[in-house]
Amino acid sequence: MKRIFADLHLKPSLGDMEHAKRMISRASELGYSLIAMPLPPSSYKNYAVQLHSLCKEQGLDFASRLDLKPKTAGELIRFLRKFRRSFEIIAVVCSSKAVARQAAKDRRVDFLNFTEVDFHRRFFDKAEAELASKSLAALEIDMKPLITLEGPERVRLLSALRREVDTAKDFHVPIVVSSGAKEEMNMRKPLELAALTTLFDLDKPSAIDAVSKNPLAIVKRNREKLSPEFIAPGIRLIRRGKNCH
Amino acid sequence: MKVKRRYLALKVDSEESFGSKELMNALWQAFLKLFGEYGASKSGLALIDHNREKEILIVRVAHKEVEKARAAVATITRIESKPVAVHVVSVSGTLKALKEKLKI
Repeated sequence: MKRIFADLHLKPSLGDMEHAKRMISRASELGYSLIAMPLPPSSYKNYAVQLHSLCKEQGLDFASRLDLKPKTAGELIRFLRKFRRSFEIIAVVCSSKAVARQAAKDRRVDFLNFTEVDFHRRFFDKAEAELASKSLAALEIDMKPLITLEGPERVRLLSALRREVDTAKDFHVPIVVSSGAKEEMNMRKPLELAALTTLFDLDKPSAIDAVSKNPLAIVKRNREKLSPEFIAPGIRLIRRGKNCH
Repeated sequence: MKVKRRYLALKVDSEESFGSKELMNALWQAFLKLFGEYGASKSGLALIDHNREKEILIVRVAHKEVEKARAAVATITRIESKPVAVHVVSVSGTLKALKEKLKI
């Protein structure tokens, strides 16, 4: 069966819809079937409608995404309460240990994202992985820094990623690989992203899953949860009205 | 022992046009930066053909090094200070099959 690939972190400038359109078209050319872009929480509905229709023109599926960058754990909880049911994917950019821990244990969080290159500012350790494995959160790795950095900075990033991937595997935390691209030039084919993960020792089957099976499973799970028929995990409304015996 | 090889068709995505020499230089640099001289020496990287019309570069690599080649190609972001992206369009065990796939 043909694999379906997803890039759940494209970051075009949404003020320029032509730019977003070009990136969507490039994603289609590169072989993706599902993409997601972070939307501003204030006007996400307008953007979601426009992007859905642009993606449909290219034969792509679009998932709405919110990137949260809370300063404290309390702020993260408030954001999640406010926005969880409005977005198909919620990613948390973990800028402090307290935020990282709260994000890892909160079942409403889909992706843990560590953007800092400095390993002192990356908090995906064993305790974090253990919490994430219980809450079903995935570790998201953006490939843009790996492509654009050079020299000692890339070496340090690779070393941090190798350690994080190792920890994630030990605790069965799903890994999702995204491009994190702001420009078309930083977008890569799914197999190229998978090949890049071999630089931090992710085996090939896991690398392929990280650009296909894992992101697709998360979007599918969330769409089920957000559907009006969903009641609780495993319980779904199948019929309503008078003929409901 | 016969060394197995793979032929890779690379598509250069840029507003500029580059010669084979610049492209191969960028490929070697990417290999060297990622895998060092030892890793690059095992790649067996060689230029086979360059179709300037379609901006397709055909290179040969050792078959065990295809994933490394993909990774190296993915890290090319600039050639002569011009922004580029290079993508692997197709991989094949024979040059004939590759050209048939690409219809060139």
